[in-house]
Amino acid sequence: MRGIQLSFNKTQKLRLDKALEQLEYFSSKLNSNAIVTVSDTIPVNHEDGVLKGHGTMELEGEVVATLCGVVERVNKLVYVRPFRARYKPEIGDIIVGRVIEVAPKRWRLEINFSQDAVLMLSSMNLPDGIQRRRTAVDELNMRTIFEEYDVICAEVRGFQHDGCLHLQARSQKYGKLERGQLLTISPYLVKRQKQHFHHIDQYGIDLILGCNGFIWVGEHVEVKDDMIEDQTNKSEQQNNKLSGLASHQNQEHNYTPLELRQYICRAANAVRVLSTLGFMITVDKIMDAVEMSTSKNLNIHEMLGAEFYVLVAEREAERRSSSSKKR
Amino acid sequence: MEYVTPEGFRLDGRRPMEMRQLRAEIGVVSRADGSAVFEMGNTKVIAAVYGPREVKNRSEQLNDQALVRCEYSMANFSTGDRRRKHKGDRRSTEISLVIRQTMEACILTHLMPRSQIDIFVQVLQADGGTRSACINAATLALADAGIPMSDLVTSCSAGYLNNTPLLDLNYVEDSAGGPDVTVGILPKLDKVTLLQMDAKLPMNILENVMQLATEGCKAVANYIREVLLNNTKQLEFRRGV
Repeated sequence: MRGIQLSFNKTQKLRLDKALEQLEYFSSKLNSNAIVTVSDTIPVNHEDGVLKGHGTMELEGEVVATLCGVVERVNKLVYVRPFRARYKPEIGDIIVGRVIEVAPKRWRLEINFSQDAVLMLSSMNLPDGIQRRRTAVDELNMRTIFEEYDVICAEVRGFQHDGCLHLQARSQKYGKLERGQLLTISPYLVKRQKQHFHHIDQYGIDLILGCNGFIWVGEHVEVKDDMIEDQTNKSEQQNNKLSGLASHQNQEHNYTPLELRQYICRAANAVRVLSTLGFMITVDKIMDAVEMSTSKNLNIHEMLGAEFYVLVAEREAERRSSSSKKR
Repeated sequence: MEYVTPEGFRLDGRRPMEMRQLRAEIGVVSRADGSAVFEMGNTKVIAAVYGPREVKNRSEQLNDQALVRCEYSMANFSTGDRRRKHKGDRRSTEISLVIRQTMEACILTHLMPRSQIDIFVQVLQADGGTRSACINAATLALADAGIPMSDLVTSCSAGYLNNTPLLDLNYVEDSAGGPDVTVGILPKLDKVTLLQMDAKLPMNILENVMQLATEGCKAVANYIREVLLNNTKQLEFRRGV
């Protein structure tokens, strides 16, 4: 089985197989035989006219798939939606990425796309919150904003004429992510939704489901509007900066408490388990898995053991059976 | 030496037109974009695909298509006599080139400009027909990585010993010194993309041997397609809606 390198005992294996069988049963009811592999012919009605989309090509008057995936039809358009592939950006997507290079006026980010993405200095808000032209000094101070290997959350702005992917971070919710874990999963497991930022109040953690399959689990950060708060806090911050001692104390105060770190690890492990099993990642499912682990009194490391995989698979089968009954 | 007994059996008990058992598994390297293990009898090959990703060496970047690179290696433990093979000897450079060219022919490189695709193949067990097994494994890994291809490339070898055309030679038959024809085809388009032979064969016999190898390729293609379909189905139902 793909990705799962665990030793299941006999009963666990049987239970897992049963759960997966159930999943197969529910999905086969929903989907017709729309699954194709490379070089399969896609049946189309040529009289209506056909628009060939991604993952298809024409061969001797037939439409042929060039990818493995599911055939989708929208009016005349026929395209193949692949499963395991790199991220394909769409404008407005919220993504998480890692800075790999600080270049003149821009940062280069690794985002699991076929090229590196570009975040221009001019397309993000400055930390002081003032709208102004970026000067040479700003350019020299770019490393104070983001350094190499920093994890960043941003939005896809669009493609430039030369085919480069540009990002933007024009809001307080975007920017550097600290005190948490970055998980990389296949992008097909993340669904595009209205909300990709999630604050789990109960545990005090933030979850960012990046459309590119990078998932951030971290300590909750209060998004504050810098414009208002800035004026009042500015003098205070400057004082802090001047006295090294005060900032040191501040840092100590800012340590993430142990309990919070444990919740972060639990949520991260839940994502790991769900993604290795190949289930779609949603906040509900992650929280459900976290709750299940705490209610069963499992340690954090036990969440990556065989038993928990089986439990999550069974829970998923149960969930899908109840949702199909409602229909 | 007798490679085909009068009863029509080969050294390993196969008939002349019989292939070895095939086995393939997808998704064996967790960090790779696509990966596969392909086995033909005792020959076992692992392939991993990385990309399309940013080009490492800017001077190699192509503005209208993707750069395809391939690296072939043989594990030290893959052959009977354990030998340290240095990277980049003549044989492995040649096979790397062969695999690269065959794969490049079927990948739709123009869809991924300014990017690079790396294919790494390693022979884990060598028992003849490593070249074919590498190409089959690379095809599976590319399909798993979701890289658009015009067709699946499949490959199979055939030889001619004791006046009999033999399909899918194993190591003993391969080292007998007879002709060894490796054929790669695009099954849907019915075109040959690879044809290699290191010996001489009369025209009419070559045709027979090649025909046999092509049949073998088609059998491999059927198997590969089945494996891919199963894998895609698994992904689909697990993901749910």
